[in-house]
Amino acid sequence: MKEKVADTKEYWRWQEYHYVVPNKSWKSKDVITAGVDVGSVGSKAAIMIDGEVYAWAITRTGSNSPDSAKKVMDMVLDGTGLKQSDIKYTVGTGYGRVNVPMANKAITEIACHAKGANYIWGSKVRTILDVGGQDIKAIHCDETGRVTSFLMNDKCAAGTGRGMEVFADLLKIPIEEIGQVSLSIDEEPPPVSCTCVAFAKTEAVGLLRKGWTKEKVLAAYTRAMAIRMANLVNRVGLEREFVVTGGQSKNMGIVSRVENILGVKALPAPNWREGGLDPMVAGAIGAAALAKALYEKQGK
Amino acid sequence: MITAGIDMGIQTVKVVILKDGAVIARSKTFSGFEPTKAAEQAFEEALKTAKISKSDITQILATGAGMDMAPYANGTISMMSADAKAGVYLIPSARTIIDVGAEEARAVKCDERGVMADFVVNERCAAGAGTFIEAMARALEVKMEDMGPLSLKAERASPINASCVIFGESDVVTLIHRQESKPEIARAVFDAMADRVSSMVHRLGINPDVVLVGGVAKDVGFVASLKRKLGINILIPENPEYTGALGAALLATNRVKGAQK
Repeated sequence: MKEKVADTKEYWRWQEYHYVVPNKSWKSKDVITAGVDVGSVGSKAAIMIDGEVYAWAITRTGSNSPDSAKKVMDMVLDGTGLKQSDIKYTVGTGYGRVNVPMANKAITEIACHAKGANYIWGSKVRTILDVGGQDIKAIHCDETGRVTSFLMNDKCAAGTGRGMEVFADLLKIPIEEIGQVSLSIDEEPPPVSCTCVAFAKTEAVGLLRKGWTKEKVLAAYTRAMAIRMANLVNRVGLEREFVVTGGQSKNMGIVSRVENILGVKALPAPNWREGGLDPMVAGAIGAAALAKALYEKQGK
Repeated sequence: MITAGIDMGIQTVKVVILKDGAVIARSKTFSGFEPTKAAEQAFEEALKTAKISKSDITQILATGAGMDMAPYANGTISMMSADAKAGVYLIPSARTIIDVGAEEARAVKCDERGVMADFVVNERCAAGAGTFIEAMARALEVKMEDMGPLSLKAERASPINASCVIFGESDVVTLIHRQESKPEIARAVFDAMADRVSSMVHRLGINPDVVLVGGVAKDVGFVASLKRKLGINILIPENPEYTGALGAALLATNRVKGAQK
C-alpha cells in the first residue's frame, strides 16, 4: 500500500515572512512595544510604535518555545533598525506564552486575539472565530476588544490548521491553495462523516478509491470542518460584526463555507500579500497593544 | 455442525471456523484496498486448515466495520454482540469486555450467557485505538510491535497530549527533540491511550471480570498501562484478535439451532 517512490514535497508548508510598514519611523522617545505569539504551529511577532503597528513576522514554531520566540523576534526586528533593548514592554501569548524569554508578561491568546481583531477591523467587531494550529476558538468581545465570553476546542485536531496540513499532505495539494481548490467544484458534496482527522483520512482514501476527485474530497472535508467551526460560533452567540483570525483565515474554502452556514459575511481580511495587516498575526498585534497599555500603567 | 465467522476489520480480516462448538481453523490477512478479496483469501486459507470445503459449512456470519463487504456471509451481527458472546465463551467469568482494534475501541457489558447489556464506543476519535500506537511508533521510528516491550523499560512517563492522534504526533516529536528516552516516550503513548480507553470504560461502568480483546490486547505496553489506569486485573484470552470472528461463528451456531427448534 506504500508508494514506491517517496514524495518528499512538503505540501503542508506555508509562507514564512516578515514585513515592515514603509514610510514609518521611530524615535527613542516613542513607546515601542512588542507582542510575541508562540502558537503550536506558527510563531508570530508584532512591533508597535505608540500603539500603531510597525512590523510583524511569521515563522514556523520549532520544537522549543523559547527558541521559536527568539527566532520570530529576530525576524521582526530585521530591517527596522530596532534592537531588543529599544522595546519597552513585551507581552507573550499563545500556546507557548510562558516560555517567551523576552516577555514582561504573559496573557492568554483569547484576550490578545480579541484586542488584535479590534485593532485590525475596528470597534464594531463582536464575534471572532480564531482557527489556530491546534485549536478553534469562538470569542465574543465588546467595542474595546475586551473578551465577554469564549468557547474553545483544543482536544481534537479536526478543523485546526494542523489537521488541514495533514490533509494537504494526504491529497498532495499545497496548503496555500487548498481553499481555492476546495471551491473549484460544480456542486458541494455532502460533508465527510468522520471529524477525527485520523478517521477522515481513512474515509478520504475510501472516497478517492470510489472515484471522487481530490477537489471533491477536499470540499467534503472542508465542509465538515466548517460545520464544526460554525457550531462553535453559534454556541458562543453570533453577533455582528464577525471576523476570522488565525492561519485558517487565509483558507477561503473555510471562510466562505462558515459564512454560508452562519448566513453572515465576515468582514474581509486585509490583503496581507500587499502589506495589509495579516489576520494570522492578530494575536501578536493584540499582545503588542496590551503591552503598550501595561507599560503606561506601570509608568504611572 | 460447522459454522464460520468473518470479522471485516479496518486493518485485518479474521476468519474462524467452528465445529460442534470448538475452533478448528483461524486465519487472518490485511484488509488492504479490496477487503472482499482479502476476506476470500483468508476464508480459503481457513478452509484448507480445517480440511473442509465451503459446502460443509452450515452458516456464515460477518461482523466488523466492513461487514457489508464480507463474501459468502448468510448474515451479519453487530461487533458488540460478537464480543459479548465470544468473551464469555473464552472466559466464562467475563462481564465487561473491552475490545481495542485498529480504529475502534469499545466496551461491552454482558450477562453470564454472553448476551450484551450495554456498550460504549469511541465513535469520533482515534486517540484510544491501535492507529494511535501506529502513528506514534512512526514518529518514534520504532516498529509497532517493539513499542510495548520498549515501554516496559521506562522508569517514568513523560506526559503527552492524550486527546488526539494528530496532536500526539507533534508532542512525540517535541519529546524526541527534548531528548527524552524512547522507552519513556513509548510508555507515555500507552498511558495516553489507556487514559482514553479507561475513561470510556468508566462511562459504561465496570463489572468484573474485565476481559481485554482485539489486536491491541496483544500489546504488553498497552495492557500494562490499562491495568495501572483501571487499577484492576484484566484477563486476556489467547488469540484475542479473533474474538469478533469467533463471536460471529458462535452466533451462527445459535442461529442454526434456533431455526431448527
